[in-house]
Amino acid sequence: MKSTAYIAIAFSLLIGLPASAVADSGDIVVEDAWARASIGTNRPGAAYMILRNTGSDPVTLVGLETPLAMMPDIHETTTDLNGVSSMGPVGEITILPGESVSLEPGGMHAMLMRLQTKMVEGETFPLTLNFADGGTLNVDVPILGIAARGPEG
Amino acid sequence: MNRRTLLTFGAAVSGVVALTLFIGWWQVDGPGAPEPVAQRPLPLTQMEFQMTNQDGATVGPASLIGNPSMVFFGFTYCPDVCPTTLSDISGWLDDLGDEVADLNVVFITVDPERDTVDAMADYISYFHPAIQGWSGTLDTTARAAAGFRARYEKVATEGGDYAMNHTASVFLFDAEGQFSGTIDYHEQREFAVPKIRRVLTMEEETS
Repeated sequence: MKSTAYIAIAFSLLIGLPASAVADSGDIVVEDAWARASIGTNRPGAAYMILRNTGSDPVTLVGLETPLAMMPDIHETTTDLNGVSSMGPVGEITILPGESVSLEPGGMHAMLMRLQTKMVEGETFPLTLNFADGGTLNVDVPILGIAARGPEG
Repeated sequence: MNRRTLLTFGAAVSGVVALTLFIGWWQVDGPGAPEPVAQRPLPLTQMEFQMTNQDGATVGPASLIGNPSMVFFGFTYCPDVCPTTLSDISGWLDDLGDEVADLNVVFITVDPERDTVDAMADYISYFHPAIQGWSGTLDTTARAAAGFRARYEKVATEGGDYAMNHTASVFLFDAEGQFSGTIDYHEQREFAVPKIRRVLTMEEETS
């Protein structure tokens, strides 16, 4: 009985280890990225997108980088029972295999603090997603109008 | 069972019943009752505050009486909720078309320190032309929020900046200034538009 358990553990290690040791952030696909134009550079901007994990292992997003903003971070808007909305950093986001995570208005968003340049409608800006496995993914985010409601404008 | 036991038993039963009733009252209506989740805003006629609109004119709750109104709080340094609310509202107004000609649509800033009259004028110019932007002083903002039973709070963010937590609901009033309901943040268009249409038709019935 005991030896059977050991064999099972050894077998699962053999199968499991190589799979989790390989960097899997390459399995992340970004869809429908968009952002709103800004008025000047004083106000923070926000960018939205869908992150889809097409691989077979969980992938964790740990941070953002962009030349557009000095302090980009994933934030989440929450609304309490009294209808009061507040916003705060969410830290890491883990995307399970086969699942997707949406950054969308009223939920999570890439908060772009300390804008270095104005976000101009019709332009795009590069956003780098950093993953826990050391992998990165570069996304060109289209900038839509200030009153845009979604990736279609 | 003799008479004495029966009396004692009866007294005990009525004692228990009274205690149960008392506990019920305490928890539901008495001091132990939960705080009401959200209070209704006062009628516009009972509110008192003065602000400045995007054109520099002095405005207040009295400026809204005579037409139905839609009022909401926010701030222009808000990257997510406020532009979303303003674009949702712009979409509802587009859907209603000419029906909203007489509707007051007012965005009141909870961050008058950064949202000056000029900043508000600039910001709202990107949304539906019916949307007005009101800003006041710290004091008048507090008074306005109290009338609407809206809440807001300044919170520090990374890098020495700050953001405002605030009530994100949209308040609806009829032409007489009576509160008629709220549209919740991010409410679906198919629910929001009929609510607005209702305060618009209330005006026709009363005039």
